[in-house]
Amino acid sequence: MLQQVFKRPQKPAVFKDFIFKEIEDLGISSIGIVAFISFFVGGVVVIQTALNLENPLTPKYLIGFASRESLILEFSPTLISIILAGKVGSYIASSIGTMRVTEQIDALEVMGINSLNHLVLPKIIANVFFYPFVIIISITLGIIGGWVAGNLTGLVSSTDYLNGIRSEFVPFHITYSLIKTSIFAFVIATVPAYHGFYVKGGAIEVGKASTRAVVWTSIVIIVLNYFLTQMLLGK
Amino acid sequence: MIEITDLYKEFDGTPVLKGVNATFEKGKTSLVIGQSGSGKTVLLKCMLGLITPEKGDICYDGRHYHSMTIDEKRDLRKEIGMVFQGGALFDSSTVEENVMFPLKMFTNMPYDDMLERVNFVLNRVHLENVNDKYPAELSGGMQKRVAIARAIVMKPKYLFCDEPNSGLDPKTAIVIDNLIQEITDEYDMITIINSHDMNSVMEIGEKIIFLKDGVKEWEGTSDDVFKTDNKAITDFVYSSNLFKKVREAQLKEKGA
Repeated sequence: MLQQVFKRPQKPAVFKDFIFKEIEDLGISSIGIVAFISFFVGGVVVIQTALNLENPLTPKYLIGFASRESLILEFSPTLISIILAGKVGSYIASSIGTMRVTEQIDALEVMGINSLNHLVLPKIIANVFFYPFVIIISITLGIIGGWVAGNLTGLVSSTDYLNGIRSEFVPFHITYSLIKTSIFAFVIATVPAYHGFYVKGGAIEVGKASTRAVVWTSIVIIVLNYFLTQMLLGK
Repeated sequence: MIEITDLYKEFDGTPVLKGVNATFEKGKTSLVIGQSGSGKTVLLKCMLGLITPEKGDICYDGRHYHSMTIDEKRDLRKEIGMVFQGGALFDSSTVEENVMFPLKMFTNMPYDDMLERVNFVLNRVHLENVNDKYPAELSGGMQKRVAIARAIVMKPKYLFCDEPNSGLDPKTAIVIDNLIQEITDEYDMITIINSHDMNSVMEIGEKIIFLKDGVKEWEGTSDDVFKTDNKAITDFVYSSNLFKKVREAQLKEKGA
């Protein structure tokens, strides 16, 4: 499958248009839900961290520090990717699956078009290059959400929170987060595309393929997350 | 000319095509007829390369399909137009985008020229003011006509139609049949139609191939269909009450 996907596009100008369309469908349309979830989860992370730091001797700035690290290392790249596996993965599997059962993929093949390359490669490129931006937005909004929650609840002052955010910052953690995101983005585009492309039957099978795609994408993300963390952060 | 030699295809050990031989000539509308499950669609899909047969050869004007590379097969397919049973129009694209799609993918025509060609073929299939509509907004007959427009927009050498009349009322079906016939003459194409519609046989069948249980049972013209004594084809042709009555009248006339 991947050998056909990564062939040279038949018409680069048309291919470019498809990439922009996929960025709109898969990326830009996901920003709203990612922003909403990130903002509130950022707030929850701060509240829970603050409530668990019971020792009065523990400096309050650690709340900001711990929240930043959770958001950069795990929440934004992994949890948001799993959410996108549900939203975007089901969209990819069902749209390609519907094209399969309504003979639209056969129509592409009969026209002489490499259907795998035409349908899947723009999705991979759109995901791999756009999702890192989505994750940066998620990290930023998570941190802002934490700051808002800390202020509203009075659990942490702005000064302590911002000090925590700035303390012991390791730039490689951002690189690690973006590397993970790009690999997960590839998985989110390819696993559902595979399930959709090879579906047989009708509407019910498309639905089943969509569910299977989300489950397998989530599993692959979780397993890869373990190995990537070991490879990139392990000593 | 398209030549099929000894085509054999099976699914899970069950043979669907059992050594089919046939030729299809240029400028002619050939109909492959037979009951559901007789192997018509499998034959068509083998010819289009959507299914790989276990045995046999398909030759397009001297080019042997199964010895071609993937890229050569794709080049050949640019010469093929296909009208699918359900239309297979891209449902998230407008009519104009659907018909323009092959031009965008395979030509370097400026947009205005592509639009002119799209409008020309849409007019050719008697469709007007539908450019911005989506397939779901059109009737079954109109969708079939858009599918025909998309199939001929690249001026193909070979046109394949899988049950082009299915789901259409008899009047619209005749319109579609005549349209395919006219376009075949106009473009001097090899047109192959899969059908079990006897009206189509009478309207446009210049050459008829009758498949039964994966075997070519009979071959002839539309006139021959009604004269033959082959039991399998007479059973098929006269299975409807209307044709049964016509047959009875014919036999009565013969007897008189």
